[in-house]
Amino acid sequence: MSRKSEEPLLQLENLSAYFHDKRIIKDINFSVGRNKVVSIMGPSGCGKTTLIRCVNRMHEMSPGGTATGKIIMDGEDLNKINTIKVRRKIGMVFQRPNPFPTMTIYENVIAGYLLNGIKIPKKISHEIVEDSLSKAALWDEVKDGLNKKGTYLSGGQQQRLCIARALAMNPEILLLDEPTSALDPKATSRIEELVVQLKENVTILMVTHNIAQAARVSDDTAFMYLGELVEYGSTKEMFTVPKDKRTEEYLTGKFG
Amino acid sequence: MLHDKIDELKHDIISYANHVKIMMKKSMEGLLTGNEQLLNEVIEKEEPAANERELSLDDQCMTVIARYEPRAVDLRMVLMILKINNDLERIGDHAVNISESALYLIQRDPVKPLVDLPRMMEIVVSMMERCITSFLKKDAKTADEVSLEDDKVDQLRDQILRELITYMSSDPSTIKRAIHLLRIASNIERVADLITNICEDIIFTVEGRVAKHHLSKDPSDGVY
Amino acid sequence: MTRTVYLKEILEDEKMIKRRIVQNNFSGVLITFISSLVVVPLVLILFYLLVNGISSINLDFIMNLPKPVGESGGGIFNAIAGSLIIVAVALVLSVPLAVLGGIYLSEYPDSKTAELVRFSNDILQGTPSIVIGIFAWVLVVVPMGHFSAFSGSVALGVMVIPLVLKATEETLKRIPSELREAAAAMGVPYHRVILKVVVPTGLKGIVNGILLGATRISGETAPLLFTAFGSPFMNVNAGKPMSSLPLVIYNYATSPYDEWHKMAWGASLLLIIAVFGINMLARIFVSKKGGR
Repeated sequence: MSRKSEEPLLQLENLSAYFHDKRIIKDINFSVGRNKVVSIMGPSGCGKTTLIRCVNRMHEMSPGGTATGKIIMDGEDLNKINTIKVRRKIGMVFQRPNPFPTMTIYENVIAGYLLNGIKIPKKISHEIVEDSLSKAALWDEVKDGLNKKGTYLSGGQQQRLCIARALAMNPEILLLDEPTSALDPKATSRIEELVVQLKENVTILMVTHNIAQAARVSDDTAFMYLGELVEYGSTKEMFTVPKDKRTEEYLTGKFG
Repeated sequence: MLHDKIDELKHDIISYANHVKIMMKKSMEGLLTGNEQLLNEVIEKEEPAANERELSLDDQCMTVIARYEPRAVDLRMVLMILKINNDLERIGDHAVNISESALYLIQRDPVKPLVDLPRMMEIVVSMMERCITSFLKKDAKTADEVSLEDDKVDQLRDQILRELITYMSSDPSTIKRAIHLLRIASNIERVADLITNICEDIIFTVEGRVAKHHLSKDPSDGVY
Repeated sequence: MTRTVYLKEILEDEKMIKRRIVQNNFSGVLITFISSLVVVPLVLILFYLLVNGISSINLDFIMNLPKPVGESGGGIFNAIAGSLIIVAVALVLSVPLAVLGGIYLSEYPDSKTAELVRFSNDILQGTPSIVIGIFAWVLVVVPMGHFSAFSGSVALGVMVIPLVLKATEETLKRIPSELREAAAAMGVPYHRVILKVVVPTGLKGIVNGILLGATRISGETAPLLFTAFGSPFMNVNAGKPMSSLPLVIYNYATSPYDEWHKMAWGASLLLIIAVFGINMLARIFVSKKGGR
């Protein structure tokens, strides 16, 4: 927060990703400003999920997954740092809510500490749990049942629990991979509202195949097609006067 | 998210309406007091500022529609704001026309004492104020009442026309000045029409009922 | 006649619809009947065992040691204890190996080693129990010079490995990969992901696999014939021959004495009750607090 806010937090330079020999994303270049919500949209299979999985180096966990190019955050190339360090700076929330079924709500929130074997005093862990759950707009709903299993919650609540779990690690960037695709409309709009609130604390990179969602929540939008970044710019510009013909066609439902 | 944006739009359109209301008032005040500076202010400062507001509101409305896909009453609200925006811009233009003619008139002898013109302006300004109130309160009844006042303005305009025709036929040297006076009257009358439009839009937004054209009766309106 | 009218007519033909309903009901009944045939052998076995075995089961039968031929009474306490010991030792020997192997197969499914392990495991599963008995005989009995409960445990342990390994692999494979990714995305090293997330999540399935494996081997006779061998005396020393329920059943049932035949029936009933019990336990365990 102390840094100059104009300078981008994250810069992708010539980022390409592969599955075995197949190039999934091609020479992506863009930068993400601090405390912005950036949506990545595009038709299925355009590489948008692969793109954000490159950012926290999860892509290389998939069999045959490799990446080239630079991902610069705070002047450091994430491709050159240990993945464990990268992932503690960058949180991720997945398509389907995935709280740990063996853990309580409380334990799920501090799972990042528990699983990493990081010991924290009770008092601080209480604070982390309350703070993270409040930020994830879930505290009021679960504060009386923190010892229940996380899997007892509804889908939308589970997803907010997963967001709290990511926030508990105090990340600078939060990656959301189609966070509402498994949720009903009501839960979806709660998550969307939450995303807009969260940008006060964290920079958000969100993959979505829901065009309307990208329009609603993001400051900037990237449009990807066949592994390429077709257009990147302010959401308002892109949804009113897109520069590229393919963006225009995608937004008007002519393909994708 | 959408409702915050709509509130923002509402706030901006009201402040725009106040802006053009002040332009109208200033143009009349300039005419009555012979204040050239005031009239120039309307033409050179207020009008460009008004145009800027219009562009920005247009842009905001488009963004809201593109990003938030408003529906039902929200959609009607945004569309109404878009139309009001357009109408306000034209009211601003009329204020400029009035100021221009006023600039011509204040440097010359009066044709006759100005009584009906200020009266017209008074009615129009009050219409505008009540129109804004009805928008704020989503009060279709007031909007309906305001739109009825248009008749009074039309009558005053016709009266001025008749009077000026007598002046002009008795003394042709007054023709140029009389035409400027008439221009002012017609501009004020046009503003009343635009306010009526806005009121009809308000009725549509609040009640979803089309109130358009139910008052259009006097086709001999157009002098120009 | 337009197509819509024609289609309406054939689609709403009452006779046709009635025939369909009858066919549907008939198939339903047929399927239910055929599937229920599966239960018949089990019911018959249980019925037979109950009729023949229930009379020999009493407290003495369970708590006492066998009496020599001719003397009435006597029990099979030594065999019950023996079975428990042999199976327990077999599980202690095999479960760690099998569970680790299962984890390996589920977490690194595509490695060359995994291929080999999976293939060998399948072969081992298909190996006749008598062959495994001989294996344990060669491996343990021959070097030791005498039969022992321990060699029986080795045989049963080898038998149970494929079951537990497969159960572990299948259970862990079914755990959604999102859970592993969720942990990995928080910077958790993979070995901790396995230990702290994957195994705890799949624990029920693994324990269930172990219980089912235990029921499977507690009924095995052949591998024990020349390993644990059997003994008429009470023995808790795994280094010595030991009795077990299947051995008792085998010995008594093939003996010429009616008294012993009766005891074989009783032991059989006892064994099946035990197997049934463990199975129920496993079921209750799995269904309890379903969660995921």
